[in-house]
Amino acid sequence: MNGAAAVLKALERQGVTTVFGYPGGAIMPIYDALYDSPIQHVLVRHEQAGAHAADAYYRASGRVGVCFATSGPGATNLVTGLATAYMDSSAVVAVTGNVPLSLIGTDAFQEADVTGVTLPVTKHNYLVKDVRDLPRVLAEAFHIARSGRPGPVLVDVPKDVQQAAFEGDFDVEIDLPGYRPTVVGNARQIRRAAEAIEAAERPVLMVGGGAQVAADEVEAFTRLTGIPVITTLMGIGAYPGGAAQSLGMPGMHGTVTANRAVSHCDLIVGAGLRFDDRVTGKLSRFAPNATIVHIDIDPAEISKLVKAHVPVVGDLRDVLPRLTELLGPLELGDWWKQLDAWKASYPERYKTDKPLVSQEVIALLAKETGGDCIVTTEVGQHQMFAARLFPTNRPRTWISSGGLGTMGFGLPAAIGAAFARPGETVVCVAGDGSIQMNIQELATVYKHQLPIVIAITNNGMLGMVRQWQEMFHAQRYSEVYLADSNPDFAKLAEAYGIDGYNVFDRETAARLVPEVLARKKPALINFVVYESEKVFPMVPAGAGVDEMIIGDQEADEAEGVSA
Amino acid sequence: MSVRRHVMSVTVRDQPGVLVRIAALFARRGYNIESLSVAQTHEPGMSRTTFVVTGEDAHVEQMQKQLQKLIDVIKVIDHSEGPYVDRELMLIKVAVRNPDDRVEMRQIAQDFRARIIDVARNALVFEVTGDEAKTDAFIEQMRNFGVLDLIRTGRVALPRTASRNGTSGAAADDRTASRSRVA
Ligand SMILES: Cc1ncc(C[n+]2csc(CCOP(=O)(O)OP(=O)(O)O)c2C)c(N)n1
Ligand SMILES: [Mg+2]
Repeated sequence: MNGAAAVLKALERQGVTTVFGYPGGAIMPIYDALYDSPIQHVLVRHEQAGAHAADAYYRASGRVGVCFATSGPGATNLVTGLATAYMDSSAVVAVTGNVPLSLIGTDAFQEADVTGVTLPVTKHNYLVKDVRDLPRVLAEAFHIARSGRPGPVLVDVPKDVQQAAFEGDFDVEIDLPGYRPTVVGNARQIRRAAEAIEAAERPVLMVGGGAQVAADEVEAFTRLTGIPVITTLMGIGAYPGGAAQSLGMPGMHGTVTANRAVSHCDLIVGAGLRFDDRVTGKLSRFAPNATIVHIDIDPAEISKLVKAHVPVVGDLRDVLPRLTELLGPLELGDWWKQLDAWKASYPERYKTDKPLVSQEVIALLAKETGGDCIVTTEVGQHQMFAARLFPTNRPRTWISSGGLGTMGFGLPAAIGAAFARPGETVVCVAGDGSIQMNIQELATVYKHQLPIVIAITNNGMLGMVRQWQEMFHAQRYSEVYLADSNPDFAKLAEAYGIDGYNVFDRETAARLVPEVLARKKPALINFVVYESEKVFPMVPAGAGVDEMIIGDQEADEAEGVSA
Repeated sequence: MSVRRHVMSVTVRDQPGVLVRIAALFARRGYNIESLSVAQTHEPGMSRTTFVVTGEDAHVEQMQKQLQKLIDVIKVIDHSEGPYVDRELMLIKVAVRNPDDRVEMRQIAQDFRARIIDVARNALVFEVTGDEAKTDAFIEQMRNFGVLDLIRTGRVALPRTASRNGTSGAAADDRTASRSRVA
């Protein structure tokens, strides 16, 4: 056995069945070993897509996603994917080839300082210099990636290390004296949290991406207490978007109800989140009357931005059940009366007196799937519309680039999710701008006949940027117009062997969507939609959530409004 | 929010790149470090970095938590939280322009318990250890003669009591919550 075979053996021992990658000179020994390995390799068409697919594979399944790339340009192509995974706490192990040890540091052909480049966007990384270290390093990499607050780990393996003879043991001891995540919450802190919750008159539970592992625990907590639930972009699916206790998403493009609840509540239980600026808006105006109970596995997130009055460090799967045990049903009659009034006054609205709009397309997808599918998104207006109109009801089914906001994430993410959960329909909600950032992955979708429906809401614009220009840059529409040079998306899909459709009106949309969904095979639907739609409500950057612009979500603003 | 000077020690595993990780963290999160020193400890494979940073308590606490997140960081001590001893070492080369200077400089060195470690025809090199106030004062004294060159190690520090081990243990309150190991 050589080092390359040892890498694959170590992956197998971690339970890896699928790897997303792209070969090249410095990783050829590993690709050679792959030839004899039971591990399935998915040949993406760009390394960035490999990293995103691995990321989404984890998000959809909870199993560590793995990607391969060669040295130099292959490895640097992973960077956006790793940064995306890092921001959204996704467990990825990336294995890269590098030039032989003797050439490292000499500016050799296709050499890049990959551990240096990826240092700030990985939870940890390794350069393996001795073939005997491979089993330990890989075991550590998986352990670090999946435990505590998950994150990406990169393992860089020089070519001669891959080629070196290996005769070692795979039963290795992990040796990480500096790494001991706190899983079990402190009993006194949990008691304090319970007391604070009991004392509150207007509490809310806010769940983030960390809650994706603890959907059952969240459910039990909310069922017993009757507490209203806000789900951040990353928390969608961890609590059912359709549930009566759900107030929807908070923040910049959150619902009126969720943002009003934040402004008026007297307690927030933040669970598995980091109070990102897109959620809080201006910090001094965020939840001014609230006691903050912050439960998270990463102590560095506690009181980083929002001061926690009751911090609890631990895994939600430990903390929430223990907290639930200390509580009973809460008396929230008046609070719910207020919340229900807001909900009733501010249902999701959009106009249908115009040409087709993104919102109705997305609402149609939600209706036809019943939310019983995996949703991935690209980044832009369509992403926000999807968060609001197409939240799913099960954990690990709503997959979007939150922290980094990476255009080009959605399509490769759909691929990763399709491999993670075979049999499920995956809907990729895309914009005409974003989809072109990793459009080459249509080949991967075709090759594996993945049941992915790509729904482009094609406004002919970098819509989100256009919205900011309209609202904050005096309608100076600088470099956002795409329509004059967008491809014919249906033809493009057909060129890749995928069913493609261009849809211009709501009647065709209504007929086609159920038809395409029923087929459970790759399809791309390009919905040509109204170009000037804006996402509302909107909390302008730097403003408080109480200063949100309600815009077209305002009641009786105009006729032709559909709820 | 009180802005104070914090003397911090970070015990790390001697792994390639560990210093880079610490330096990158300081740079990325915008922490301004006044001094930094690194050397091995008595435990094989372990090094200790001592640095001085001035900042708001909350800011420094966040920095401590971020450091603790690094996989190769074993423990972080904020010495300012309890009694500690600290020293820095300075080597300073001072011009000798006439024999009287030499006598006067020797006298000052004695007062400061500084050692002369090199004697040349036109310069002396002193070794001074102490806290920064002392080394600063010594520099002041020597300015009149003409400081030709100097180097300071930056502070190193140890807690005074045997029991203070820095960050460890489960979260009991806000302070200790910050110290539990990260994910
Ligand atoms: C890689 C990358 N580049 C640039 C941006 C900035 N950006 C955010 S949204 C957006 C427009 C996206 O356009 P499109 O995909 O058509 O979606 P729409 O807003 O029109 O729905 C841009 C350029 C980004 N988020 N990611
Ligand atoms: Mg667009």
